[in-house]
Amino acid sequence: MSPTIYLHSVTIQFVTLQYKLVEMKLIDNILTPILLTAILLTSGCKEEKSLPIMGNAPIADFNFLNQDSVSITNNTFKDKIYIADFFFTSCTSICPIMHRNMKAIYDEYKDNTNVMFLSHTIDFKYDTPSKLKEYAQKLGVDGSKWQFAYGSKESIYNIAEKSYLSAVIEDTSAKESYIHQGYLLLIDKQKRMRGAYDGTKDEQVALLKRDLQLLLTEEKKK
Amino acid sequence: MRNYLILLVFVGILTGTIISCQDANRIQYDMYYTNGRDLYISYCQNCHGAKGEGLAALAPPLTDTTYLKTNKTKMACYIKNGLTDTIVVNGTRYEGKMPAENFANIDIAQIIVYVTNSFGNKQGNYSQEQIAADLNNCK
Repeated sequence: MSPTIYLHSVTIQFVTLQYKLVEMKLIDNILTPILLTAILLTSGCKEEKSLPIMGNAPIADFNFLNQDSVSITNNTFKDKIYIADFFFTSCTSICPIMHRNMKAIYDEYKDNTNVMFLSHTIDFKYDTPSKLKEYAQKLGVDGSKWQFAYGSKESIYNIAEKSYLSAVIEDTSAKESYIHQGYLLLIDKQKRMRGAYDGTKDEQVALLKRDLQLLLTEEKKK
Repeated sequence: MRNYLILLVFVGILTGTIISCQDANRIQYDMYYTNGRDLYISYCQNCHGAKGEGLAALAPPLTDTTYLKTNKTKMACYIKNGLTDTIVVNGTRYEGKMPAENFANIDIAQIIVYVTNSFGNKQGNYSQEQIAADLNNCK
């Protein structure tokens, strides 16, 4: 039921109730609008903002190697909310700013075990696990909270397009040999995508932070 | 009285010229600084940051005033040809690659004026001629 229809039915029910009460002379006319407003306001508060579910299927099963050359699968992210993105270590255009912003969130949620991070490299030629490890260390990331995934071209490009709805194109003509969008993707514990944010824009990153908090609160209530 | 007036106008023009000469320097500096900031935002900020803070151990900060002072004549080469050497800034080793950008000398001068007068640096103006000389000494 949409919030407006919901409010309408509450109002109608209340108005009916109110007439009955007036007939019963239990409340007078001055009290009525005050009570009506109070009920409208409180019923409005009950309407919780919930994030949309994007895409028509959860994130597909995967099996990649991480920065420690250890296999990572969906189970690595079991019962975790995570932020995913696509990048490559030699990228000097949008990746540094994306990871600057992602690192800030990583630092903020360092002690929150419900949150993880997953960066897929799209440079299957150069970004081997050891290169990813080197990159992670230089970014100041240690441990398993932020996973850097290395996989075959097919597997990474497929999951980008089908599951994360992000376009990745190999472009041999350009100076930067890959075209990709700088999206940071918010994934919930049921492996559903709940938001996509331009990781190069401050105001979008602020939205991501807000939504991540919203999702954490939502999960906590379950 | 007439002579006195002519003298006054003459002196006025003379002072005006001197002041505007000094102003021209200032105007050029302001112009370089402003254009340099635009170029910095487009080409440098992604890695070096809006406050010149750098990016962890991936990209060096531009806040090390001593490094910038002692390496000012190398900056033009770094900006134009990129950088693959390992450098040590503020005690941290940076091994990453800085991409080359085929800028005109004036663009390089503007970027250097902006960078060396921001983020805690205050080194004043830098000219296109100095850039040309610096580029001749690139390794």
